[in-house]
Amino acid sequence: MSTPPTGGWTTGRIIEKDQPSERLVRLRLHVEDRVGHLPGQHYVVRLRAPDDYTAQRSYSVASDPDDPLLELAVELMPGGEVSGHLHDVAEIGDVLELRGPIGGYFVWEGEQRAICVGGGTGVVPFVSMQRYARRTGQDDRLNVVAVGRTGSQLPYFAELRRYGAFTALTRENLGDRVASPPYPDEVAPLVEKAEVAYVCGSPGFATYATRLLQESGMRADAIKVEQFGVTG
Amino acid sequence: MPVTRGFIGRRRPERPDRLPPGQYDAGTSWPTLTAEVTPHLDPQAWTIAVDGLVERPTTWSWDEAHALPQSTYLGDIHCVTTWSRLDMTFAGVSVDTLLEAAGPLPEAAYVMAHSTTGYTTNLPLEDVTGGKAWVAWEADGKPLTPDHGGPARLVVPHLYFWKSAKWVTRLELMARDQPGFWERNGYHDRGDPWLEQRYQGDP
Repeated sequence: MSTPPTGGWTTGRIIEKDQPSERLVRLRLHVEDRVGHLPGQHYVVRLRAPDDYTAQRSYSVASDPDDPLLELAVELMPGGEVSGHLHDVAEIGDVLELRGPIGGYFVWEGEQRAICVGGGTGVVPFVSMQRYARRTGQDDRLNVVAVGRTGSQLPYFAELRRYGAFTALTRENLGDRVASPPYPDEVAPLVEKAEVAYVCGSPGFATYATRLLQESGMRADAIKVEQFGVTG
Repeated sequence: MPVTRGFIGRRRPERPDRLPPGQYDAGTSWPTLTAEVTPHLDPQAWTIAVDGLVERPTTWSWDEAHALPQSTYLGDIHCVTTWSRLDMTFAGVSVDTLLEAAGPLPEAAYVMAHSTTGYTTNLPLEDVTGGKAWVAWEADGKPLTPDHGGPARLVVPHLYFWKSAKWVTRLELMARDQPGFWERNGYHDRGDPWLEQRYQGDP
């Protein structure tokens, strides 16, 4: 694999902002002197108060590296200082401090056949991977399993399905699939084709998904995990 | 850098002297962060070794490590993902005790900490000597759970917490610095939170 790019501090202007669901905001930014990312990398967003107090959080990139804008999807955390600002205060035209891309481990460029299991906003890095796979004609090398409570709460639900992700909803039925997390026999055929697995979600989801992958035949040392806490 | 329009900030620390720049007080929550599958290790099968540039490469079993003089850290920890926890307690054995037994050679200047998972992290030797580092098996009076690195982890609290390798099993002394796992993936080689050494290229 090539050396993953790492970018320093820069700024980005919000060009588009929308809220696909109550707890999710999607920001598309024009980044000054942008360093191109690899699918799976993340950015840090830093907010600065007039007295120079700062708060910063990391967010996975949803956009294809080829996209002229950088797309971040941010879940509103209870009492979240940064996510709350991005949801309720930030507007189109605002300039944010950004740093990225960051992280060279949880990236996929197509050299290995992969299965990706994401829970909730944990699907975001896989959206970037899926968009990249589609553009580069490598759809068959990437299998995404996306898990959410309901279709409206799962970020990028429609796009994930359109591009061939297996989606499992735990709180509502989906067609003839009853509400439930993915079963091992649903995941096993995808594991069979995979040389590497990526898991992204909350600590609880990551524990569940790594167990599911191992029960479905994935080797533990071929599983890469990215988990996030409730850190606002 | 410009002020963010409309941002006031809610979590201004009550004890700014305790929080390095860009960190917030996580209170009593202890987030976990890991890049690999959490291993569930039998303490009786766990060992800790000190080798590389030492006079006497030495390996301790769980019971042997517990028979060494015990040492405790009381204080704060800081994660690069911006949470800090204040006033934690870690109990185990001081890395000084392990190094004294193994006898570092004069040319030893760096340490690579190895975990059972293959995770590695590099540290200057002086950052793990002089009462600054522990191999710990207890946190806040309870056995370390697997998700927090149990049965035993390295604790180097004055550096960002990715340096405190979970499931540590080997300290390898080296003459020259080499990047560990996160250090090969964009993170800083030293990781001093007070200097905000988060990523490669930071001061």
